[in-house]
Amino acid sequence: MIKINNLHKSYKKNKVLKGLNLTFDHKGILALLGPNGSGKTTLLKCILGLIIPDEGQILFQGKNIKSEFKYRTEIGYLPQIAQFPENLTGNELIDLMRNIKPRTNRAEELIKLFNLENELDKKMGNLSGGNKQKINIVIAMMSDDPFLILDEPSTGLDPLSIRKLKALLTEEKNRGKMIIVTTHIMDLAEDLADKVLFMLDGKIRYNGGMMELLDQEEEDSLENAIANLLENKKKV
Amino acid sequence: MKYILKYSFYEMVRSKWAYIYTGFYLCVTFALYLLSNDLDKTLISLSNITLALTPLIGILFGTSYYYSSKEFLQLLLSQPISRWHLFLGMYGGMAITLCVSILIGIGLPLISFGILSSASVNLFLLLMTMACTLSVIFSLIAFLIAMQFDDKVKGLSISIFIWLFFAILYDGFTLLLLFLFKDYPLDKFTIGAVITNPIDLARILITMNLDVSAMMGYTGAVMSKFLGKGIGMVVITISLILWTLIPLGLLKQMGIKKDF
Repeated sequence: MIKINNLHKSYKKNKVLKGLNLTFDHKGILALLGPNGSGKTTLLKCILGLIIPDEGQILFQGKNIKSEFKYRTEIGYLPQIAQFPENLTGNELIDLMRNIKPRTNRAEELIKLFNLENELDKKMGNLSGGNKQKINIVIAMMSDDPFLILDEPSTGLDPLSIRKLKALLTEEKNRGKMIIVTTHIMDLAEDLADKVLFMLDGKIRYNGGMMELLDQEEEDSLENAIANLLENKKKV
Repeated sequence: MKYILKYSFYEMVRSKWAYIYTGFYLCVTFALYLLSNDLDKTLISLSNITLALTPLIGILFGTSYYYSSKEFLQLLLSQPISRWHLFLGMYGGMAITLCVSILIGIGLPLISFGILSSASVNLFLLLMTMACTLSVIFSLIAFLIAMQFDDKVKGLSISIFIWLFFAILYDGFTLLLLFLFKDYPLDKFTIGAVITNPIDLARILITMNLDVSAMMGYTGAVMSKFLGKGIGMVVITISLILWTLIPLGLLKQMGIKKDF
């Protein structure tokens, strides 16, 4: 369980997170949605310890994560930009991650799933954006962590790979993992998520079930429901 | 940490710039020796080149490497590894590559010319040590600059200015101050001025061992005269160690507080 109490973060005068109070205890897929600059990535980076909050605390399994790093053994993270050292090969990157997280045991299975067998001996600088993203996914998920944080996982993927990714995430959900996905592709969120967390201007505007959101907004698609939430904000 | 260091070294050592840098030193060392056919003269010429070039390449490599690794750094920071070990590993891999380039580019040709069995062996070892030390110090400064400034253009510009300041402007300012306050005793000021510039420290340490007093300059002469060669060398060595340890401490402080 991840519990967030009164989380504040500012960059100079720009307040990005404004006193967030949240609990992630849902086994399943949560879609973290919101327009650009709403604070989604900052929130995820705070959980991962990449950004240090100005105020508030984050408890992971009941323990404050401040100045800690060992708790990250249980979190798999897929960053938004798949940018790797150009002169290293995929195999070397996987080997590096395996040494950092020795529990890694799913690399081969994921490599096979995304047909990366012939790409792993090439330097990262010579790979296409899509293949880099596939390696990004392999690295994020190969240690079979109970928590997954995926920032725009479908970026650069072809339709077939997106289908494989969806099936993989559904399988992980059924295995009882807690998965947080941020995406701007509403169809992907709608297909995968059972809960939605919608952020706007550093605050939470909606936190609840996908179906409840559609009922509340009287819409039949997530895209329209989110558009309604944004429209209502403009009216306010 | 050792895995980060290992792969950081792999990444750097395969970079085309590492080959170009090594190749440049190889060409220069061969050319200087073949032109003069004298190991001492080659060493003196090489010391002039390395004292200016190693800090420049160190600071440029360090800044560029940090910026190009920024996204990967974020991925590594999300892993169960301490920030300090991560930065130390990444920095270490880069610094080792720079030192390997120097050792291959300058060391190998001179060893093949028989420097180890000549009278200049001590000077050769000192030159290698100073070139590596300056690479370590300036690439460390580069990491600090890049960590402080998220904008790559700004970071690179400041890095070049820092090199320009220590390699060229610093001596000019020191001489100007010495000239303006020539009526006052300036020995302590001069020693202080030397200690606060790692390039000067390396230059004086090399020239002290060359016994070519004309090359020592005013600062070097003051160092020799007032501290004596022995104590002077100890003071310089301690100063260079501090020039490594203090930025390393700053890197730790900044790395812990930095948002990525």
